[in-house]
Amino acid sequence: MSGPPQVPPKEANHAPIPQAKPFVSSLRYPSSRKTIYDRNLNRTKTTEISLASFSYLFNSLITYHHAKSGSVSEIETRLNRAAYPIGIKMLDLLLYRQPSRTAARPTRMLDLLQFIHGTLWRALFNRSASALEQSNTKKNEYMIIDNEPLVNTFISIPKEMSQLNCAAFIAGIIEGMCDAAGFSTDGVTAHWAGEGDEMWPGKTIFLLRFKDSVVEREEAIKAGGG
Amino acid sequence: MVVFALLIINKAGGLIYNRTFAPGLQKLDSNDYLILAGTFHGIHAISRSINPAPPAQPPPGNRKPPTTGIESLESSHFRLTCYQTPTGVKFLLFTSPEQPNTELVIRRCYEIYGDFVMKNPFYSMEMPIRVEKFDRALGGYLVRPS
Repeated sequence: MSGPPQVPPKEANHAPIPQAKPFVSSLRYPSSRKTIYDRNLNRTKTTEISLASFSYLFNSLITYHHAKSGSVSEIETRLNRAAYPIGIKMLDLLLYRQPSRTAARPTRMLDLLQFIHGTLWRALFNRSASALEQSNTKKNEYMIIDNEPLVNTFISIPKEMSQLNCAAFIAGIIEGMCDAAGFSTDGVTAHWAGEGDEMWPGKTIFLLRFKDSVVEREEAIKAGGG
Repeated sequence: MVVFALLIINKAGGLIYNRTFAPGLQKLDSNDYLILAGTFHGIHAISRSINPAPPAQPPPGNRKPPTTGIESLESSHFRLTCYQTPTGVKFLLFTSPEQPNTELVIRRCYEIYGDFVMKNPFYSMEMPIRVEKFDRALGGYLVRPS
């Protein structure tokens, strides 16, 4: 570089930025003047929402992504991406909500899995997941099983796309949470497992594949007596 | 509880769902079902406009049609109960004449429809209903183990 930086000549292609107008919210306030943003983050008793409202919202989300994608796997990827930021935020929120004496970030793989299986599931669906299993063959694969995912309550998959599982949305939340906790994954996916199951035809397996580096770190901690 | 059949007619008079629940009924072919649905749609529309009572003014915000048209039709062998939703979909329930509370039964069918058909992202409006969970829920409600 040579010489001082050149001052750009005053020309017509530079326009002054107009002064920002004061922000006027278009939100409609409830009669109590308290929006969802004004609520205490710790209040969990009254944060239940209507399943019907959620279903219609989720319905629109799926219709939107269905219209935009060309294949079943693309819909699942899009649902996963849509939910990923929720997982990231849920980790912080749930840790914040824990009683302050016992609050601790999940730093070990098993802690994290139990956190998802228990705490996350209870916060989202008011019950814990049905089972938590480890793959016998691959040590980086874990499975969280839900017998009846809440998001699928009213959804019937047409025959031509029977592979599609809209619980990919929940898989996205799990993936976001794992990444936020520092356990990167090679993806979390949702799979049907209820075929031929009279009791739970909607049984879904969430398959978590952790990155090799995460598994190695875990073993190193274990070897170090941690 | 003896429920013979349930038909759903969309607001244009097209049959979008039909299912029988009792064994040993006479079979109608699918064309006859369509004719039945279309005919009933027409008669229902007429019955709404020949209502002798002056139409009551509905309260603002209430989308219920001022006259309901045919609500039920009885014969010695069956009773037909009709419920038209505010959006114009008609539910037709065929039961035995001595079946009590058909109004409640048909409302519950409407609820099941609201849950499993309208909240299903893969159902296109006004088209025939082929929704697995709707079939299962209706079956669970209307088919009683005998």
